[in-house]
Amino acid sequence: MKKVFSRPESLRKKFVFHYCPGCGHSIAHRVIAEIIDELGVRGTTIGVPPAGCAVLAYNYFDVDMIEAMHGRGPAVATGIKRVRPECLVFSYQGDGDLAAIGIAETFHAANRGENFTIIFMNNAVYGMTGGQMAPTTLLDQKSTTSPPGRNAVLDGYPVRISEILAMLPGTAYIERCTVNSPANIVKTKRAIKKAFQYQLDGRGFSLIEILSPCPTNWKMSPIDACRWIDDVMSKQFPIGVIKDEPAKAAGKEGAGHDR
Amino acid sequence: MNSKVLMQGNRIIGEAAIRAGCRFYAGYPITPQNEIPEYMAENLRKVEGGVFIQSESEIAAINMVAGAASAGARAMTSSSGPGISLKQEGISSMAAQELPGVIVNMMRGGPGLGNIRPSQGDYFQATRGGGHGDYRTIVLAPGTCQELADLTMDAFDLADRYRIPVVLLADGMIGQMMEPVVFKEPKPRQYSADYVLKGAGTGKAKTIKGLILDPLDMEEHNWKLDRKYRVIAAKETRCEIFNTDEADIVVVAYGTAARVAKGAIKRLGDHGIKAGLFRPISLWPFPTEELRRLAGTRKEFFVFEMSTGQMLEDVRLALQGYADIAFHGRPGGVVPTPVELANVIVRQYRRDR
Repeated sequence: MKKVFSRPESLRKKFVFHYCPGCGHSIAHRVIAEIIDELGVRGTTIGVPPAGCAVLAYNYFDVDMIEAMHGRGPAVATGIKRVRPECLVFSYQGDGDLAAIGIAETFHAANRGENFTIIFMNNAVYGMTGGQMAPTTLLDQKSTTSPPGRNAVLDGYPVRISEILAMLPGTAYIERCTVNSPANIVKTKRAIKKAFQYQLDGRGFSLIEILSPCPTNWKMSPIDACRWIDDVMSKQFPIGVIKDEPAKAAGKEGAGHDR
Repeated sequence: MNSKVLMQGNRIIGEAAIRAGCRFYAGYPITPQNEIPEYMAENLRKVEGGVFIQSESEIAAINMVAGAASAGARAMTSSSGPGISLKQEGISSMAAQELPGVIVNMMRGGPGLGNIRPSQGDYFQATRGGGHGDYRTIVLAPGTCQELADLTMDAFDLADRYRIPVVLLADGMIGQMMEPVVFKEPKPRQYSADYVLKGAGTGKAKTIKGLILDPLDMEEHNWKLDRKYRVIAAKETRCEIFNTDEADIVVVAYGTAARVAKGAIKRLGDHGIKAGLFRPISLWPFPTEELRRLAGTRKEFFVFEMSTGQMLEDVRLALQGYADIAFHGRPGGVVPTPVELANVIVRQYRRDR
C-alpha cells in the first residue's frame, strides 16, 4: 500500500508539541521538517531557536540546534554560517524577538546579505510571557500591556518588518504567508522551500514571515483566530511575495559569503 | 625560532590570536582597543577560513562569537569597559552553554562612559562572572607586551580545555605601548569536539542550550559548572613573585599597576625599605594559596590598583588574619608614577613604626 502520510524524519520520534491548541508553531515546525527531508539536508542543517514560545524547538526538530538569547538569533546564525557555509542555517524567531529586542541583529544580518534564512513567526503578541503588546500588535488590539487597545499616540504603530527589510540590497527573498488554512499551509511550505533553496544556491538573506494564530492570548477559539488573520491581521500585514530576486546568482555582489 | 619584533600591544593580541588559530573575530569600535579589529580586518581575512565581521553592536559581536564557537571555530571579540558591559548577556550564555571563546577587555576609566585613559576598574566585573547567574570566567592579566602575546595564545588553549569563556584583562596603557615580542609556537589544538555543530550527518542531532526549566536539573547544571570551576581554581592559578626573599613589605599589583610597582620597589631600596612584588597573572582563579604562603614569613602587604580597591578584596580573602594589608589606589584613568607610589609606601611604612 502506498504510504501517503508519516512523521517527517527531521522531527524527533517521541514527543508531543507543548504548543497551545490552535497555535501556528506546530504547523510551521512540521512544514520546515518536511522541507528539510525533501531537500535531503537533515545531516547538514543547523537551526537557531529563539527565546519565546519556540525556545523548545530543539525538543522537536531532529537537527543540530543552538538556542540563542532573546533577539540574538541572527548574530548566532551569522557566526555559524560564516564558519560552516556548507550548512543550511535557519533562525526561528517571534515578533518580539525579531522586531523589538533583536531588531539590530535582524536588520544588519539582512543588510550584510548573510546567506541564511529567518522563519519569522508573527502572532502580534508576546506569547510565552502571557500576551503583552508586541511591535506587531495591531492598532486597537487589546493586550495585557495595552489593555484598552494599542494606541498609536502612546504605543506607536505596528511594524511591517518584512517591507522594511525588503528595502535592503542584501536581501534576496522575502515573503509573507500564513498557516490559517490548508491552502495557506501549502503556500507557506512552498515559500520556505524556495527560501532554503535560495540559501543553498548562495543567493543571500531570505526571510519568511508567517502570520500565526495565537488563540490563547488573542482570547479566541482556534477557528476564530484563523478567521481573524483573514479578516483583520492580513489587512495590516498583506500576504504575498514582498521581494524576490531570482536573477541574483551565486557569487555575485551581496550574494552570501561562501568562499 | 621566531624572531623578535617590535609591535604595539593591541596589534600583538591580533597577531597572537591568528597564530593561535583564531579564525573568527567580531567586534565593534571602541577606544582604546581599535587597533585589534583593525588588525583583524587587515590580517584575519587573508588567512584560509578567516572571518572578520565589524558587528552592528557589542551584543551582536559576542553572539556571533558564540555561534562561531558552536560551529567549532576558535573565536574572539574585543572591547573596552562600556562594550564589555553590553557583552555580559552573551558571556553568561556562553558560560551556561559551555562554549569556548576569548574576550579581550582593554580597560578604561569608568563607570559609565568614563574616559579612555588606562584603568583597572573592571576587576569585579571580570572576576565575578560579570553577567547574570552563577558562573565564572577565567581572567588573565598581562603585564607586558610579551605576556600579551603568550596569554592570548594560552587563552584559546584554556577556553578549549575547559569549554569556558576566557577574559584577557588589560588596559589602554598596555594596548597602546610598543615592546619587543617573540611569538611562541602555538600548541596543537587539544579539545573534545563532541559539542561542535556541523549538522547531524547520519547520526544523532546535537543541542546546545542554556534553558533548563526544571530547578533540580538546573541546580545539577550549576553544580556541574561549579565542579569545573573548582578544577580550574586548583590547576590554573598563575602569578609572578619578584624580589620577595628579603622583603619587609610585599606590594600586590597586576597589569600596568605592577609595572608602576616595580619601578617604585627600586626606589624604595633608596629609602632603606626592602620591598618585593606579588603579581597575580590569573585574576580568576586568584592565586590565593601562593599569596598566603608568602604571608608565612612576611607580615606587611601593600595593595596597589588603578581603581578604588577591587583586587584588594581578594587579597583580604587570602590574607585576612595572616598579615597587615594597606592600600593605595588611583581610579579614573590616572596612572601614578613610580615616585608617587614609592612616596606613599614610605609614608605608610614610617607611620606604622
